[in-house]
Amino acid sequence: MSAPGVTANEVAPEERRIHYLNWATTVKSWLLTLDHKRICILYLCTITFYFLVGAVAATLFRIELMTPQGDFLSAEIYNKMFTMHGVAMIFFFLVPSIPATLGNFLIPLMIGAKDVAFPRLNLLTWYLFSIGSLFALFAIINGGVDTGWTFYTPYSSTYANGHVIAATFGVFVAGFASILTGLNFIVTVHKMRAPGMTWFRLPLFIWAAYATSIIMVLGTPVIAITMLLIIAERGLGIGIFDPALGGDPVLFQHLFWFYSHPAVYIMILPGFGVISEVIACFCRKRVFGYEFIAFSSLAIAIIGFFVWGHHLFVSSQSVYAGLIFSFLTFFVGVPTAIKIFNWVATLYKGSVSFETPMLYALGFIGLFTVGGLTGLYLSTLAIDIHLHDTYFVVAHFHYVMVGGMVLAFLSGLHFWWPKMTGRIYNETAAKFASVIVFIGFNLTFFPQFIVGYLGMPRRYYEYPEQWQLLQLLSSAGASVLGFGFLMVLCYLPFSLVFGKRAGPNPWRAKGLEWEETTSPPIAHNFVKNPIVTEEAYAYTKGSRHV
Amino acid sequence: MNEFELFPEAASSFAGEVDLLYWFLTIVSVIFTVGIALALLYLGIRYRRKSEDEPAPEEIHGSNLLEIVWSVVPLILAFVMFFWGAHLFFKMRIVPADAMEILVTGKQWMWKIQHPNGKREINNLHVPLGQPVKCTMTSEDVIHSFYVPEFRVKQDVLPGRYTQLWFTPTKIGTYHLFCAEFCGTEHSRMGGKVYVMTPSDYESWLEGGADASLSPVEAGELLFTSLGCATCHHDGKNSQGPNLAGVFGTMQPLDSGGEILADENYIKDSMMNPQGQIVRGYPKVMPSFKGMVTDAQITQIIAYLKSIAGTEEADSTTDEETPESPESALLNDALEPDTTGQRYVRMEQ
Repeated sequence: MSAPGVTANEVAPEERRIHYLNWATTVKSWLLTLDHKRICILYLCTITFYFLVGAVAATLFRIELMTPQGDFLSAEIYNKMFTMHGVAMIFFFLVPSIPATLGNFLIPLMIGAKDVAFPRLNLLTWYLFSIGSLFALFAIINGGVDTGWTFYTPYSSTYANGHVIAATFGVFVAGFASILTGLNFIVTVHKMRAPGMTWFRLPLFIWAAYATSIIMVLGTPVIAITMLLIIAERGLGIGIFDPALGGDPVLFQHLFWFYSHPAVYIMILPGFGVISEVIACFCRKRVFGYEFIAFSSLAIAIIGFFVWGHHLFVSSQSVYAGLIFSFLTFFVGVPTAIKIFNWVATLYKGSVSFETPMLYALGFIGLFTVGGLTGLYLSTLAIDIHLHDTYFVVAHFHYVMVGGMVLAFLSGLHFWWPKMTGRIYNETAAKFASVIVFIGFNLTFFPQFIVGYLGMPRRYYEYPEQWQLLQLLSSAGASVLGFGFLMVLCYLPFSLVFGKRAGPNPWRAKGLEWEETTSPPIAHNFVKNPIVTEEAYAYTKGSRHV
Repeated sequence: MNEFELFPEAASSFAGEVDLLYWFLTIVSVIFTVGIALALLYLGIRYRRKSEDEPAPEEIHGSNLLEIVWSVVPLILAFVMFFWGAHLFFKMRIVPADAMEILVTGKQWMWKIQHPNGKREINNLHVPLGQPVKCTMTSEDVIHSFYVPEFRVKQDVLPGRYTQLWFTPTKIGTYHLFCAEFCGTEHSRMGGKVYVMTPSDYESWLEGGADASLSPVEAGELLFTSLGCATCHHDGKNSQGPNLAGVFGTMQPLDSGGEILADENYIKDSMMNPQGQIVRGYPKVMPSFKGMVTDAQITQIIAYLKSIAGTEEADSTTDEETPESPESALLNDALEPDTTGQRYVRMEQ
C-alpha cells in the first residue's frame, strides 16, 4: 500500500493534493484499509450511528416522562427504550468514542509514527466492534431488551423478557475490540515514538490515551466473562447468579462494576487528554503542571480499579466493605481535582482565544466540575443510602458522561476536524451550537439533581404528580440539547464540501500532527520522519506553517 | 405540580442528619463550582488574545507549592465528608434492640408486609410514631429495593437472603414507598404508601376495624385496591390475573380441566388457597390472603365483585379489543388512579 504522488505533494495546489482520503476511493480500499486514519473514519461513522440510536430512544422516553401517567409508550417499551439508550450510548458510543476515533487518528501522528504498531489488528477491532454492535442491534430490532444497561441478575439471567443473550453477546464481542485497541496503543506508545520524543515530551493526550489503554486491557476481560456467565445461566441454566439455582445475585454486581467503574475512566480519561491539548493551543501556552496532569491520569487509572464497591452500598455488602470503598473513592477525587485546577491555572497569563473547541473545553471544565463534585455526594455513605438509584445518580453521571465526555469529544472533533478533513466548518454556526448544547444540557440534567434528592427512583415509567414540573423541564431541555446536536450533525458534513480549505495548521498549534504534515495528512503521515527537539507545547519557540 | 420544593419531608430520626450533611456537601460544591467558573471567566477575559500577532506568552511550568495546596485542601474536605458520612451510616446500620420487627417480602411487583401480631398488608406500610421499626426483608424473585425517601432509608431486598433496615418515624403523615431497584415491567408501580400513625391509631388499625360509614360495596372496593388485588387483576398486557369485572356468577375454565361457577365460595377459596383451582391461562403467582383479611372483609370484597358483575360479558367471550363500558372505565379509575385504563390493549390468550 503506497500513496503515489507523495514527493510532488508539497508543492501541488491544495485541491489537487493526494492524501489519505483520496489516494484510493474504492469501497475495498476502505473496508480493507490498514491506515489508522481511515480506521478512525470507519469508527466515526459507526459510533455516530449508535449515538443516533441512543438519541432516538432518549427522545421517546423523554416524551413519555412529560406526564406522570404512562400514556405515550407502554411500560414494557419504556423499559426497552432506556435499556437501548444505555447500551447504545455506553458500549457503542462512549467507550469507543475518543480512543477509537481521535485516539486512532492522533496517536501515530502525535508521536511521529507512520501507523500504529499492529495495523491489521487495528482493522480487526473495527470488525469485531461492528459485529458485536450488530448483535445488539438485532436484539433491539427483534423486540428489545428490558434489563437496563447494567443487566442486573437474577432479573437479566432468569426473569427478563427479550433478547438478553444477543445483547450481552454483542457486548462480549465488542469487548475484544476494546482489549485489542488498548493493547495496540500501549505497544505503539512504547515502541513507535519518533527520535527525540521522550516520555516527558509526549503530548498529554498520549498520556491520557495510554492510561485509558491500561484500563481497557485489564478491565474489559472481566466484563466479557461476566456477560458470558449471564449467557450460561440464561441459556444453559447453570447456576451462577440466581439463588434458585444456587447462585449469588450480588456476585454479578461485583463483577460488573469491577469493569464498569473503571470503564467510566475509559470514557473520561481520553476526554481529559483532549482538554489539555485544546487549552494549551487556545492559550498558546504550555499546560500548567504538565507532570501532575500526566501522572494524575495514571493515578486515576490505577485507583479506579479499587472503588467498584461504591455501587454496592445498599446491596447488602458488609458495612466495613462499604467503609473502605467509600474511603478509596474519595481518593479518586484528588487527581481529578488536580487536573481541573491545572487547566484553570493554564489560562493565567496566557493568550486566550475563544474558538469553538475552546468553548467546548471551557464548558467541559464547568460541567465536569459539577459532575465530579456530585460524585462526592454519592461517595458519602449516609447520603448515598438516600440517593442510590434515584435521578440524582442519573444527573451525576450525565454531567460526567455528556457534560464531560461528549463535550470533550465535540471539542476534540472540532479541534482536529480541519486536520482530519482538510476543511474548516462554519465557525459562527459551531459557536452557536456549542452555546445551545451547553444551555440544553443544563436544562435537561440540573432538574434531575433536585428530583433525585426529592426521592424519585430512576427507571420509573410512572411517577407521582408532584414531580411533573421538574420532569417537564428536563424534557424541554432535552429538546434544546437535541437541537444543538442536530446542528453539529448538519454543519460538519456540510463543511466537507463547502468548507474553506484549512491549510496544515489553522490554529497555529504546536505538535507533530500540525507542524509536520499536511491537512489531511498523506497516507503515510509524514514525508520525512520527524525528529523531536523540544518539549510539548513549546509555543515560545513559534510554530511552523503559520 | 404543586408548590416547588427542594427537600422531601423529613419524617424519620435520620432525615434531619442526612439533610444537614447534604447541606454541607452542597455548600462545598457551590463554593468550588462558582470559584472555578469565576476564575475561568476572569482569567479568560483578563488574558484574552488582543491581536493575532501577539507573541506567545511566557512559559510557566507549574508550581509545586500550588499543586500541594490544591491536593491537600480537597483531601481534607474529602476526609470530613467521609467520616461524617460513615458515622451516620453506622447509625443507620446498627439496629436498636427494642425495634419492632416487620417482615417484608418483595415480589414482582408488590411488597408483602406482615406485622408482629400477624396482620398483613400489601404495598402499604402502617407504622406507629416514635417507635423504632426494623424491617427484615427478602425477595421471592429478583432484586428489589425498599425505599422511603421521607425517611432517607433504602435497602436492597435480595432473593435467597435477608437484609434489614430500620428507622424511627418522627412525623405523622403519609409517605412514599418505592421499589428503587429496577425489577421488570411494572417496576414503577411496585409501591404504595407508608402511614405513620399515633401508637393508639396503629393499635386500632391492627385490630382491623373497618370504617362503618362505608357500604359493603364501597368498603370492598377500597380493600380491592389496598390489598393490592388491583395490581394483577386488570386488563393489562402484563396482568398476572384475570380482570374480575363481569366474572361473578359466570362459569370459568380451570387450569386442571373442567369449569367452575365463580360464586361466593369460589371467590373465598381463591383468596385463601389461590393455587387450588386456578383459572386456565394464568400463572400460579397469587399469594394467599389467609390471615390478612377477616371474614367480614371477604364478604365486602365479594359484595364489590358482585357489583361489577355483568358489566363486561362481551369481554369474557371474545378475545377482541372491547370498547369499555362506562362502568368499567369507572372501575379502572378506581383501581389505578394514576392511569386512564386505556393504556393497554387487551391481548391475552
